[in-house]
Amino acid sequence: MTKKITINPITRLEGHGKIDIFVDDKGNVEDAYWQVVELRGFERFCLGRPAEEMPRITPNICGVCPTPHNMAATKALDDLYSVSPTPTAKLVRQLQYNSFMLEDHFIHFFFLSAPDFVVGPLADPALRNIVGVIQKAGIDVGKKVIDIRKRCREIMALIGSKPAHPEGGVPGGVTRGITEEERVWIKKTADDAVTMTQFALDLFKDVVLKNKEYVDLILNDAYKLQTYYMGLVDESGNVSFYDGNIRIIDPAGKEYAYFHPRDYIEHIGEWVEPWTYVRLTHLRKVGWSGLIEGEGTSLYRVGPLARLNVAKNMATPLAQKEYQQMYSVLGNKPSHHTLAFHWARLIEALQAAETMQQIANDPLLTGTNIRNMDLKLKKVGIGCLEAARGTLIHHYETDSQGLLTKVNLIVATQHNAAPICMSVKKAAQGFVKGTDVEEGFLNMVEMAFRAYDPCLACATHSLDKPMPLELNIRGLDGNIIRTVRRE
Amino acid sequence: MTDKKKVAILWLGSCGGCDETIVDINELILGVVNSVDLVLWPVALDFKYHHIEKMADGEIALGIINGHVRNSDHAEMAKLMRQKSQVILAFGACACFGGTPGLANLRSKEDIFRWVYQEAPTVINPKGVCPQTTTRVDGKELTLPEMFESVHSLDQVIDVDYYLPGCPPPPYLVLKAITAFLENTLPAKGSSLASHKALCDTCPRNASKPNKVAITEIKRIHEVEADPTKCFLSQGIICMGPATRSGCGESCININIPCRGCFGHIELVADSGAKFLSGLASMIDADDEAGLEKISDQVRDTIGYLYRFSLPISIMNQKKLQSDEVKSDD
Repeated sequence: MTKKITINPITRLEGHGKIDIFVDDKGNVEDAYWQVVELRGFERFCLGRPAEEMPRITPNICGVCPTPHNMAATKALDDLYSVSPTPTAKLVRQLQYNSFMLEDHFIHFFFLSAPDFVVGPLADPALRNIVGVIQKAGIDVGKKVIDIRKRCREIMALIGSKPAHPEGGVPGGVTRGITEEERVWIKKTADDAVTMTQFALDLFKDVVLKNKEYVDLILNDAYKLQTYYMGLVDESGNVSFYDGNIRIIDPAGKEYAYFHPRDYIEHIGEWVEPWTYVRLTHLRKVGWSGLIEGEGTSLYRVGPLARLNVAKNMATPLAQKEYQQMYSVLGNKPSHHTLAFHWARLIEALQAAETMQQIANDPLLTGTNIRNMDLKLKKVGIGCLEAARGTLIHHYETDSQGLLTKVNLIVATQHNAAPICMSVKKAAQGFVKGTDVEEGFLNMVEMAFRAYDPCLACATHSLDKPMPLELNIRGLDGNIIRTVRRE
Repeated sequence: MTDKKKVAILWLGSCGGCDETIVDINELILGVVNSVDLVLWPVALDFKYHHIEKMADGEIALGIINGHVRNSDHAEMAKLMRQKSQVILAFGACACFGGTPGLANLRSKEDIFRWVYQEAPTVINPKGVCPQTTTRVDGKELTLPEMFESVHSLDQVIDVDYYLPGCPPPPYLVLKAITAFLENTLPAKGSSLASHKALCDTCPRNASKPNKVAITEIKRIHEVEADPTKCFLSQGIICMGPATRSGCGESCININIPCRGCFGHIELVADSGAKFLSGLASMIDADDEAGLEKISDQVRDTIGYLYRFSLPISIMNQKKLQSDEVKSDD
């Protein structure tokens, strides 16, 4: 008889979700579903609002990744009003944005993913958390991580008001510039950020790459998924966070599409299933092919590994060296190894830190020309950039007064939702054999979705407690057949 | 066993920003975590709801809840937390007032579903599928919580003891609230744990505000480069400062952006939007009714400005709420 395993709520996840796993009478996983369990409807209740308010409204979609929404909205306003930000304004925005990317990637690595590698995926759950990481890496490292996060968020607040909900952003510019006095401490923060990110990469390499078991885990088929990949690249084809064109490659690495974000509707379709509130994106021209990988799939992935897969190179020199090393270990591009998202994330953090350095050294940063007021409303505006977890698209249409008549938003979790379902299923199939479920399995399944989700910046794990988890295995009649606990 | 006070942190219809602002107390969070016994924090810890269900009524000393109530799961968890907690703190604008997502109360659930699942330009849905509370796929049953017709503030669903406003509340107020709890110095039940003043009273531009503001033209924020030293209203820019509680640290004003009211209504005012509208009417400088109408028409999105964070608790929303599903469940 098929048994249903429910994990609800999924914890250490930004937002609400649950996982249902179905196990057949031979103990093999038949299927698994990762469900998004709520909807708020921003696309609809923003109608009638003045478009210029969107950089202030849409950060409320996500308080962990609010800067990408603020920035995508601001870029959509640039497009809506046919205006380019002044050179200084663009630098200020990119400073804010790279500070965010670094901070978000950093906290995800140390607080969420590092426990699985630094402490170990099968280690005592009581130690598999940030405290365990600090015990291994040292209290000074813990303090430095908190300090860098704090300082990055101070830069974000300087430009965007509140880091948890940025409020700035106007078409053609920013509302506040940077003074020379501020530039000095921004430069120091950027320098320290580069040093800390290099340390994080060294830690990752020492702990993971020198441990054959971990390398085998990364390369394990249970954590492999053959999909298309999508991400922004700059004019040289390098990884880009703030702007550029969208490049899609197929599972073999061949370029499938390369287009301006304004053409996104030609390429992206969103499928609706009755068992989840999230729309499932796929390649429109391939057509919805369901939850399958490899040949015939219409699914693609976004986020750190996807961005590195679609790009020719990184945009900064230190990150480029790390990029080359990663692919030398993982093998050919594209890499389909889901756990490599973590590695790619750190390499991107280094690019963000180096970019902050470059911006802090640019004399234009402290310029006073921060607004281009030459606005010409054209009624359609599309803003696109790379959020920490993947490509983010804001599409607005307005009346002649700039009041919104249409809003369409595609966020990273939508792109990755179907692949996350499949990753959870493959991990369950890879690590569950028979009915004797080991505790380590629970963490192995969690690791499958954790790789995708850098939006858990606030997930500090347990600081002084073990992390109990309970699974109830139920028959289809709803009765509990077996309970698995990790205390 | 520990004799520390048990504290639970729960999110309902939330964006995660409230949880993020708790982490934003930075190194001090280590001290806070050591001072209490955290029994639930879904974003950070892996405790499950059944751990709370098994606790005795009132065993949790403080239940901190952020986010609004929009579906059956939210309502169920809010009620469970009320049952198990001695004190409930509504944390952040969504829990206190419904928050920005409360603007969805201008639209029906059907209207939202129609766009999101059928009409949006990227949607491909030939069979007109919508999410269902129960679905069978290949004989397997999958369930989803039921989405309510309206967004609710927390106190429309359960009894609330204290309110900590803000979107999100700033870290210094979070620390202040936790300290008051630990030191047993919380004020009277029903209090807001923020300033009793209006934002205008603490605004750094207050000195530039003329005795009588005379608005002859309403300007939108993208149309003008606001003078960073002068009162926004005196420049004809809508700023909710006069009708909004202070305590945010003027963070928006500091980057030259006017207030949108995330701290909610000031003391003894039932409806911040109505309060602001009344003040705005007195500021419009027109010679006759036609002039008045011309200037007031320049306020392009009255509800969006006046109730950006508080539509679910506004007097405008009460009739709708009376017939809503949450009340009938009590």
